[in-house]
Amino acid sequence: MKCAPFDYVRPSSVEEAVTTLRQAAGDGKILAGGQSLVPVMAMRMARPSVLVDVNRIPGLSSVEVDARALRVGALTRHALLEAQDEHPLLAEAAGWIGHTAIRTRGTAGGSLAHADPSAELPVVAVATGATVTVAGPDGLRELDAADLFTGMMTTALADDEMITSVRFPRPDRWGFAEFARRHGDFALVTAVVTGFGDGLRVTLGGVSAAPVRAHAAEEVLAGGGTARDAAQAASQEIEPTADLHGSVPFRRAMAAEMVRRALARVGPGE
Amino acid sequence: MDVQLTVNGETTRLDVEPRRTLADALREDLGLTGTHLGCEHGVCGACTVLVDGAPARACLMFAVQADGADVTTVEGLQDDDGGLHPLQEAFVAHHGLQCGFCTPGMLLTAAHLLETHPDADRETIRAEMAGNICRCTGYQGIVDAVQAAGRDQSRSST
Repeated sequence: MKCAPFDYVRPSSVEEAVTTLRQAAGDGKILAGGQSLVPVMAMRMARPSVLVDVNRIPGLSSVEVDARALRVGALTRHALLEAQDEHPLLAEAAGWIGHTAIRTRGTAGGSLAHADPSAELPVVAVATGATVTVAGPDGLRELDAADLFTGMMTTALADDEMITSVRFPRPDRWGFAEFARRHGDFALVTAVVTGFGDGLRVTLGGVSAAPVRAHAAEEVLAGGGTARDAAQAASQEIEPTADLHGSVPFRRAMAAEMVRRALARVGPGE
Repeated sequence: MDVQLTVNGETTRLDVEPRRTLADALREDLGLTGTHLGCEHGVCGACTVLVDGAPARACLMFAVQADGADVTTVEGLQDDDGGLHPLQEAFVAHHGLQCGFCTPGMLLTAAHLLETHPDADRETIRAEMAGNICRCTGYQGIVDAVQAAGRDQSRSST
C-alpha cells in the first residue's frame, strides 16, 4: 500500500506544467487534490513516473461570477464550491462529494479529469453544459463537458494537456438527487434536472461509463407528461450494468426514483 | 527532497523521498506515532490531521506537498501542561473509544467540526464524522462525546 517511486515536479506556471507533461511522454500525471490519484497509486493500479504538482501554480484557484455562469479555476477545492452561494446546484452537488477531509483537498479540475462516472461534478458539468478550458502545448482550447467524457474514467484530454478552469452556467431552475449506500460513498445513481429558459434537461450519473442526458425523459416533460412518466422513461432509456453494488433492475429503479425526486425539487424560475 | 513544515507549532526540516506520505513522515521521520494508518488509501480516516487548519487524510498527501504547511496531529491537541484536550476528556467520559485505533483521526475531525459548527446537533455530528470509521464503539459514544464537548465549549465561551 505504498506508492511506487516517482519524480516529483512542482511547476510555477501552466506552461511549465504542460512542458513537464510533454517530456514525460504519457507517463506523467497531474497531482491536484490527490484524493483519487493517490489511492490508485497506493494500490499500484497507477504508477506514473512523474507527478506534476500543480498546487503552487498561481491563479488556478480563482472563482469568477457573471450573470450567467460561475467560472472556477481547476484547483478550486470542493469545500469552497460547497460553501459558495452563487451557484446553488454546484454547492449542493459538492456537498455530496466524499467527506469533509476529502472536500478540503479534492479539486474541480481533478474530479473532471478523473472522470469517474459516479462522481458528482462530471454530472453537474454535463447537466449545466459546462465549458472546460484546457491548456496544452499549443495554448488554450475549450471543450464542452459532454465532449470531455469519452468513456469510463477516460477523457478527451491528451497526455500533455491539463484543465485550467471550468465554466458552469447557472440554471434558472434545478433539482438534485443522489442515492448512495452510505454517507460519503460514490453515488449509485445521481439525477440532476436543470432548466435554462424553456424546457428541462435530465442528466444521470452512475448509470453508464459517463454522465448521460435522459432525452426520452426530457421529451416526456416537454410534452407535458408527469414526473412519474418522465422518471419511468429515464429508467428505460439507460443501459446500466450490474456490479456488486446493484443489479440492472435495481439501478433502473433507483434512476427512476432519483429523477422523480430531482424533478420534485426543481424550484420555480428566478 | 528537502521539506520544511510546522508540526504542532514546531518547525522542522526533513529530507524525504517524494513518495513518502505525510502520514509516514509524521510517524517514521518525526516519531509522532499518534497519527494512525488504517487503510492507507483514504477510506478509513484514521490518519486524519489538520493541514493549515483543515482536516486532511495524511495518507493521501505526500510530505513534499506539505512544504511550508502548518500541521496539527493528535499530539498537538494536549494543552501546554500535557493535560488532555476537552475532546479527549469527553471521549473518555462517554465511551468514545475502545481500542483507540481510530481515535486520533476522530479527535481531529471533531476538533475541526466544533470549530466550524459550534452548535452541531447529533445529525450534523454524524454527517461530519462519517468519514472516520470505528469498529469498536458503534459510534453512539463518539457522537455523545462530541456533543458533550460542544456543549461544554459553548458554555465556557458564554
